[in-house]
Amino acid sequence: MQAFLSRLKLLAASLAIVVPSASAALADQVKVAVAANFTEAAKAIAAAFKADTGHEAALSFGSTGQLYAQITQGAPFEVFLAADAARPEKAVEEGFGVQGSAFTYAIGKIVLWSTDPNLVTGAQTLQAGRFDKIAIANPGTAPYGTAAIEAMSALNVYDSLQPKIVQGANIAQAYQFVKTGNAELGFVALSQIADNTDGSRWVVSDDLYDPIRQDAVLLKTGQGNPAAEAFLSFLKGAAAVALIEKFGYGVDIAE
Amino acid sequence: MQGLSSEIWISVRLTVALAATTTVILLIVGTPVAWWLARSRARWKEAVAAVVALPLVLPPTVLGFYLLVALGPDGPGGAIAGLWGARTLAFTFEGLVIGSVVYSLPFVVQPIRNAFEAIGDRPLEVAATLRASPARVFWTVAMPLARPGFLTGAVLGFAHTVGEFGVVLMIGGNIPGETKVLSVAIYDFVETLQWREADILAAGMVVFAFAVILAMTLIEKRMRRAGS
Repeated sequence: MQAFLSRLKLLAASLAIVVPSASAALADQVKVAVAANFTEAAKAIAAAFKADTGHEAALSFGSTGQLYAQITQGAPFEVFLAADAARPEKAVEEGFGVQGSAFTYAIGKIVLWSTDPNLVTGAQTLQAGRFDKIAIANPGTAPYGTAAIEAMSALNVYDSLQPKIVQGANIAQAYQFVKTGNAELGFVALSQIADNTDGSRWVVSDDLYDPIRQDAVLLKTGQGNPAAEAFLSFLKGAAAVALIEKFGYGVDIAE
Repeated sequence: MQGLSSEIWISVRLTVALAATTTVILLIVGTPVAWWLARSRARWKEAVAAVVALPLVLPPTVLGFYLLVALGPDGPGGAIAGLWGARTLAFTFEGLVIGSVVYSLPFVVQPIRNAFEAIGDRPLEVAATLRASPARVFWTVAMPLARPGFLTGAVLGFAHTVGEFGVVLMIGGNIPGETKVLSVAIYDFVETLQWREADILAAGMVVFAFAVILAMTLIEKRMRRAGS
């Protein structure tokens, strides 16, 4: 007990020395709201961020619309990684985001995917329409759902497929519907299946839908928190970009 | 009310149809279960009661997840759907009925069981000594005496199904007229920042819930007074 107490005192003393000098940069935390599709990549980036800077990134996941609604109601998030460009822009317009802080951190790609190894062969799978149900994310709230509709429209199959569409509340749910076989196939995010080769898939060519620009923005609540600013600059750095690409996203080099 | 689109009315109709179907099925299925739970002396009966009560405690995500798998092509639901050439019961009205029956089961069984238990042995024994058959005892003595329990069970089952969200979200697929019930429509409106529509529906739900609970309490009170 004695030894423990003295060690505690020693620890306190050493902390007292360290705290004023470097702690502000060492032990800070940033609360990040993350669009559901970016879940796995965000976890990997947060781990790398911690290893690199010592800052902790606390991640909250949800659909972009849901997170945005929470931000407008005073949620304590400091950084917002959305699945679209519209919501961060709106955040700045409505005074929740910091002017000029928004940038595209990833470009999402959609894949037509089935657990059946023979079902998806390309656009012709959609044209043939030999299936019962096709899953997409809710196009009203999820940019991946909008992209799926655009791709089907571009291929002139939307009208014929419409009765077969089932909507997940977000892209994670669209994935569940396909994964459990309830829908034979569906449009999911490449990032959700980038780490395996299960089933059959067709990476939809990017000229069939508007690029899914996923923007990040610093929220007013995070202004002045060094960890929040460090997280955003880390997100633009080479280490994060490599992770983002590994998880199946494009990155806009011109940025 | 001009702004209320046909989409909303479709959701309202669907929700009422789902709740009504579920309630009828639950009264048919739940009554014998409640009777057995109230009368049986089997030692494992409380284990059965606990299973019935599980949906009270389990988060809808647990039910939704297992239902999604069970209704799908690899589960029993897929086998049933195969009878008419479909692959899955998810994304269908029938699938939602199955989910709602599971989800609202304790809300119907529990009040009916309580009502059966409250009758006690005496009225049933008296009827039996008057040579009423067990079936007759059930229909002419137990059922009328348990009326308040049936009322409470039916109202709670209906209202709880109307208020169902998580399970429907997970197995429904958001299809207008088929699986897009009121709670999901509200969720969509909130997410797409159509808060006026969300507000109208949400306020309607609050009024509905209040009216149901108040009416139930008042009617139950009157029934009990009339009974005693």
